Amino acid sequence: MINYSLKRLASAVPTLLLLITVAFFMIRIAPGGPFDSERALPPDIEANLAAKYHLDEPLVMQYGRYLWQIVRFDFGPSFHYLDWSVNDLIAQGAPVSFTLGFLALLLALLIGVPVGTWAAMRQNRLSDYGVMSVAMIGISVPNFVMAPILILVFAIVLGWLPAGGWELSFSRLVLPVVTLALPMIAYIARITRASMIEVLHSPFIRTARAKGMPEKTIIIEHALKPALLPVISYLGPAAAAILTGSVVVERIFTIPGIGSYFVQGALNRDYTLVMGVVILYGVLIIIFNFIVDLLYAWLDPRIRYEDSEGRS
Amino acid sequence: MNQPDIPTPDAFEQALDRRSLKGRSLYVDAWHRLLKNRAAVAGLLVLATMAVMVIIGPMLSHWDHEIPDWDHYSTPPSLETGHMFGTDALGRDLFVRTMVGGRISLLVGVVATLVSLLIGVTYGAVAGYFGGRIDNVMMRFVDAIYAMPFMFFVILLMVIFGRNIVLIFVAIGAINWLDMARIVRGQTLSLKNKDFVEAARASGATEAHIIRRHIIPNLLGVVIVYVTLTIPQVILVESFLSFLGLGVQEPLTSWGALVNEGAQELETAPWSLLFPAGFLALTLFAFNFLGDGLRDALDPKDR
Amino acid sequence: MRALRVLLWMALLVTMLVACGGERASEPSAQAQRLATPVALELDAQGLPLPSLLASEQVLHRGNGEEPQTLDPHLSEGVPTANLLRDLYEGLTTTTADGRVVPGAAAHWDVSADGLTYTFYLDPNGRWSNGDPVTAADFVWSWQRVVTPDTAGSYARMLAPVRNAEAILSGQLEPQALGVEALNESTFQVRLESPTPYFLELLTHPTSYPVHRPSIEAHGSAHVRPGNLVSNGAYRLVDWQVRSRIGLERNPHYREHARVIIERVVYFPFEDENAEFNRFRSGDLHWTYQVPSGLFQWLQDNMGEALSVSPWFGTYFFSFNLTRPPFEDNRELRQALNLAIDRDIITQRVSRFGELPTFHLIPPGLPDYRPPEVEASNWTQAEREEEARRLYWQAGYSDDQPLVVELRYNTSENHRRIAVAVAAMWKQVLGVRTRLVNEEFRVFLQNRSQRRVTEVFRAGWIGDYQDAFTFLELFHSEHGRNDAGYNNVHFDQLLERIANERVPARRRNLMAEAERILLADQVLLPVYVYVSKRLVDPRVVGWAPNVMDQHLTRHMAVLRTAEQADD
Repeated sequence: MINYSLKRLASAVPTLLLLITVAFFMIRIAPGGPFDSERALPPDIEANLAAKYHLDEPLVMQYGRYLWQIVRFDFGPSFHYLDWSVNDLIAQGAPVSFTLGFLALLLALLIGVPVGTWAAMRQNRLSDYGVMSVAMIGISVPNFVMAPILILVFAIVLGWLPAGGWELSFSRLVLPVVTLALPMIAYIARITRASMIEVLHSPFIRTARAKGMPEKTIIIEHALKPALLPVISYLGPAAAAILTGSVVVERIFTIPGIGSYFVQGALNRDYTLVMGVVILYGVLIIIFNFIVDLLYAWLDPRIRYEDSEGRS
Repeated sequence: MNQPDIPTPDAFEQALDRRSLKGRSLYVDAWHRLLKNRAAVAGLLVLATMAVMVIIGPMLSHWDHEIPDWDHYSTPPSLETGHMFGTDALGRDLFVRTMVGGRISLLVGVVATLVSLLIGVTYGAVAGYFGGRIDNVMMRFVDAIYAMPFMFFVILLMVIFGRNIVLIFVAIGAINWLDMARIVRGQTLSLKNKDFVEAARASGATEAHIIRRHIIPNLLGVVIVYVTLTIPQVILVESFLSFLGLGVQEPLTSWGALVNEGAQELETAPWSLLFPAGFLALTLFAFNFLGDGLRDALDPKDR
Repeated sequence: MRALRVLLWMALLVTMLVACGGERASEPSAQAQRLATPVALELDAQGLPLPSLLASEQVLHRGNGEEPQTLDPHLSEGVPTANLLRDLYEGLTTTTADGRVVPGAAAHWDVSADGLTYTFYLDPNGRWSNGDPVTAADFVWSWQRVVTPDTAGSYARMLAPVRNAEAILSGQLEPQALGVEALNESTFQVRLESPTPYFLELLTHPTSYPVHRPSIEAHGSAHVRPGNLVSNGAYRLVDWQVRSRIGLERNPHYREHARVIIERVVYFPFEDENAEFNRFRSGDLHWTYQVPSGLFQWLQDNMGEALSVSPWFGTYFFSFNLTRPPFEDNRELRQALNLAIDRDIITQRVSRFGELPTFHLIPPGLPDYRPPEVEASNWTQAEREEEARRLYWQAGYSDDQPLVVELRYNTSENHRRIAVAVAAMWKQVLGVRTRLVNEEFRVFLQNRSQRRVTEVFRAGWIGDYQDAFTFLELFHSEHGRNDAGYNNVHFDQLLERIANERVPARRRNLMAEAERILLADQVLLPVYVYVSKRLVDPRVVGWAPNVMDQHLTRHMAVLRTAEQADD
């Protein structure tokens, strides 16, 4: 077990390095720089700015300088938000995105898994189609359409909920969490349904039925665990994505998370901020993939990560 | 069937042909299964209708998708003005724009998926087939790319290379191929150890021959399912790009762009959202149900 | 299954914690969709609302566009940041609610006969938010900081009229050589390079604000954080959550703090104008930064008493790239395109916010400026289109050989609509085939300034200070933003003369002549005059529409609602 973990840790480093390198050079290739504005800067001031932020050095040198910085966890100053460092901005924004993402994940699981299971049990009946249709709204209507509709209905017309803004209160969290969760509910319901159908047709379930076990016990005690395997492997990257926030939700509900930094950071050419969130995303993916593999081993006793078996 | 002592390549070919024949009835089997899934059938019909509509729709109306009708901007659907779906904020006929937008959305969906298909299938088949260290390195590479935030790189590509529609296909496809590669690789791995492949190899068939005639046809099932389920994802990605202002350029439009414009007029001109959103949602539903149905139908374990 | 049960309980627990444990501030107000009617306003002898009419809580929630890039006045740019800085700091001059320039940190001043020396006598009551007195030395140090090359502020050139400022900015002289001096504790003297008639207007710009030297020397770039920021304006910074809110509180040391009624003002950044609009409707905001385009009619019908639309000192225009075909040396073609568009349709049907169509570069609203006559503005649209066609054919184009041109604009809903409309008009009137190119902002800026690929592109300018010169100098052959590539020696010389002219009447005539030349040369395609548009809760008083769109919180107050006896 330990060996396996160490091996995974070791292979994470080249992955991260590749990610950092590709992101670093790609964003600098994009035309335009962080300090372009409608008010043209006099050339001497531009030169001064470039010198201040080392933008006049050859790219490879900037790259090396950057690597040396992040090894010490210093992600540098933001090029766009001049009063804050990237560490500051991520420290402020990440908890916000994490909270929202975590709640959305919970909601998606709590709704998606039961819905998918239920649909699987009634495969190809009208109730299957009906329930799945509702579940799939999340991936048939873009979230930047759902969000304004939800705001219009619940905040403006009914006046039950606020129209956005960030606060740790139930009323402010409901709409953004629901908007975030909708696509995930769709994927989880569908994956659960497909996987549950497969499990329900497998020999050991047939044996259990033949033994006369009640359907409910079969589903909950025997079918659910193996059926959840594909859901868990979906959750790995999905959790990383949702925890790093959504541009749409943050923009429409005015939530100060880090999701916008991926997009706005790129559009503002805020090199350091963009690198910071990209690295965070990479780290989360690696961690969650690792957790997913561990969960796999726990849920399916046939899988073991030992050297003798090797890993394909 | 006669069993020659030492099979000649020709005899083997025939035996294998019969095997593929059996494979073909496999597909007939799957087709029947699909037909039982009423949602999938409905999805198929919807898609067919949609395809026809977006192609001939604009020809049925005398309005043009880019010329504004200055007297009638943001008007609701009405027969008197001749604007069946109403007009948008600039006075352009919404019916024609929805149809033209449909063409673009479906085009982006299909072409981008094909691009990712091409890259993904080749990559995955090669990795799975050769196995061992090659497979290891190739999959490690995929893992590394998986750690990159997809949207971020699409946005960067759009910014670096400018916004033209061909680039959208390529950008989305070039970043979307990972799942396909993984699935294809998994299938190839399990396929290559099957008996008939062993047999083919024993009879002296070349690697390329085996890949072409045995591996790839058996991948078809997985690939079809995957393609059907990726197209709606790609359409949604394009609509997200439109939300950010990076989607197709004016005067071209897509359902994503129309929906984005419509969402801003939700209260004052709800038809500008409802019509394109309705078409978009219907199409995505159809693709998803069809894809799920195909997967159920082609699922090998279900026998 | 046990694990599932555990998961369920955890979920329940978390949800409960979140629901109960979080703060419960600012629930949507009871007045969610109906706008509250304020009591009738009555002023006392000093021009302030009677205390009995005021709401018990004097808190103002202002929507403010984008998150500010910085709160350092010497590095700032952009309107949202300027709004904040105007509340936090005070320059030598300041503005009233209706936009007149009046004494600020300086109580009065003298101007020398030759117009080159300004002597400011600072208000002895001027204080920083930590109680320190505001001294002339503060201004000297601050202005030297602005022109120091290391500071690298994008608006440093605002102080260019000051003696030696340009030389210091390009590194030829030390900052100490700047033409400013503290004659004594409260007397600040400025020597200019040439008489600058708009100098006092300039001083309302954040670049000229003083900063607190001890704070900057102690905290460096962290001097703008709440707790560190020391400012001399009516408010001080107490709270800053990036992209969420910036909270200001009344500065008890401010020289006129007795007249400041609003206790707390919170600025909310928004990246989406619809999000801001929805927050206003649900009662979270008293004041918005803008209004969603396309809602004008609806707002007039449903929220008319909250809607405020007034002319702004800016012009929306398209610019031609004069250094390349097809517009190089092709005045007729430019004029044809200019005449072919229908500005009434654009302002009434496309942007739809009561913008004023214009054929001029300089927006109206400048006292005493008489713009040059543009003949075409008096014709009917049909006559203009006829002339446009004549010029188009004269330039060598026709239906068989139409002009193929690219129109470039940056990503924005409004720009898109106008570009589409303009392209459609060119097609309908002249048969021009236009390729619309929409670029992301920074790419757009870069392409514009490089002039290698652009043909006709979206431009526009909002005046930095209330004088026509800020528009005219854009077309000086060496100006950094001369993206048109206009190079007219005669025009450049005219600008030099304007900069040195001290007699207001003569100066006005020169400026009108300069504008006439620009328009006659068809350097640009003016479309409309900007309007500032926003929603304001009817209970907020103490502000008035003004052409520079400057609204200081310290003039404002929140009245009680008419129905309630007490709040």
